[in-house]
Amino acid sequence: MPERFMIGTRIRERRVLGGIRQSDLARQAGISPSYLNLIEHNRRRIGGKTLLRLAEVLEVEPALLSEGAEATLISALREAAGGRAGDGPELSRLEEFAGRFPGWARMLVDLHRRSESLERTIGTLTDRLAHDPFLADSLHEVISAVTAIRATSSILVETRALEPEWQARFHRNINEDSARLTEGAQALVRYLDGAPNRDAELKSPQDEMHAFLAAHGFHFEDLEREVAGPRDVIRLLRSEAGQAMSGAAQHLVREVLLRYLEDARALPLNAFLARIGDLGMRPDRLAESAGVGMAQVFRRLASLPEAAVGPVGLVICDGSGTLIFRKPLEGFAAPRMAGACPLWPLYQVLAQPQAPLRMRVRQAGRGAAVVEACAVASQAGPAGFDRPALMQAHMLLLPDPGENGGSIRELGVSCRICPLAECRARREPSIIAEGF
Amino acid sequence: MGNKVLLIEDEPNIIEAVSFILSRDGWEVKTHSNGHDAMQAVRERAPDLIILDVMLPGKSGFDILQEIRGDTEFADTPVLMLTARGQSKDREMAERAGASQYMTKPFSNADVLAAVRALVTP
Repeated sequence: MPERFMIGTRIRERRVLGGIRQSDLARQAGISPSYLNLIEHNRRRIGGKTLLRLAEVLEVEPALLSEGAEATLISALREAAGGRAGDGPELSRLEEFAGRFPGWARMLVDLHRRSESLERTIGTLTDRLAHDPFLADSLHEVISAVTAIRATSSILVETRALEPEWQARFHRNINEDSARLTEGAQALVRYLDGAPNRDAELKSPQDEMHAFLAAHGFHFEDLEREVAGPRDVIRLLRSEAGQAMSGAAQHLVREVLLRYLEDARALPLNAFLARIGDLGMRPDRLAESAGVGMAQVFRRLASLPEAAVGPVGLVICDGSGTLIFRKPLEGFAAPRMAGACPLWPLYQVLAQPQAPLRMRVRQAGRGAAVVEACAVASQAGPAGFDRPALMQAHMLLLPDPGENGGSIRELGVSCRICPLAECRARREPSIIAEGF
Repeated sequence: MGNKVLLIEDEPNIIEAVSFILSRDGWEVKTHSNGHDAMQAVRERAPDLIILDVMLPGKSGFDILQEIRGDTEFADTPVLMLTARGQSKDREMAERAGASQYMTKPFSNADVLAAVRALVTP
């Protein structure tokens, strides 16, 4: 198929990806919707000014539309070739390959991506098997029962002239232990059987919690009302979606929603929106004027409807660095399971509680954008002489404020999928680049 | 050397079976079933050999072993460790903590007897 006929398809792909309506794109590019429709279906040639206008509105390089995925394809191929040395692929002939066999090249890239994502899944599953408390407990139970049965049964077989009382007693013990063994084995089978087949089983309670929150857009009208109380949280949990979650996930959601309720009470929706109207999306000013902690303002900002304040992301970690809450922002990824990048301001603030930090950050790798990160660490629970002060760090993610926001810190998502070379914070080799 | 064995293990039926085979073999067996005050039991019983489970309620067998080795009176008492995990990491930890021998569950009675006999040689 001639290259120029593909331009329309690419424009359409880009538009759909950006969630822009055909009529809106046409209007902004200064052409009629029917003309755009013809272009998108590769039935009109396009060039020059119209292409530039469309690229501008779609916020892509014009070359990406005109030359298409070839450039992207080549860089993806380079990534797939990775650090393979010796008899590896002929990098010098990469462009020739992509040009002459685009179909094969795309397949190679797809396979590479797929193997990457499978590797991640395997990593996650291995991690789960090794650290799964349920599995560890069940196995311990089974081994204990087996040990007792083995010891007892060999006494019964090997002891000559065993007294009837002892015999009865050991028979009873074996019976008891075999019942335990049965129960333990069945629990294991149920657990292992269910896991690969059902999505719900494969998800951790944290995943379920985040799916529940995301389904509500992280905003709960019911908890915004002036008369809202804990009973509304219970009602949300009794909903069909709430009941579909595991007990552990319901517990997590309850905790998050009760905190939501507290935050909403401290910063009622309309008053808070009005304050934002006055002061802008400036968490420090908002916290000061409302007389609340900055972490609470972060959480509140992340709970507002996107239509009112635009996209807002939030991650929260506990003192161990484990991410316990993730509301994503387009262009900034947070790992689900593995530890995140230690260069995140989120971790920096843990060393200096209460001192807020703001900077522009960009994650290395595909699809990352510059975002503004505001972070603060604060105490999450009362301390005592007999227990440590529990700390939590919050990191608010906002769209890039532009040059005024200062320089950009390059960081990653998680070491395994991070291409940053010569990073001093690296703790394990990346699967997509050399550099450890 | 004497013949007093202290078995520190939390599974009642394992306790019963091991006590039985050791008693029949002529050992005087005392048992203890939790981690908290295991060291106290060691001091009270002053055994010639200790059989110690790794996974105990209240305190890990490794910690107890460290306490045993830290007490000059029991620094040389043979300790046979029992564990449900055969990982080499656990074995190393046991050796470093000063275990005389290490046995993985499930074990055979004959092995336990042989180990106990070998550890307490007259």
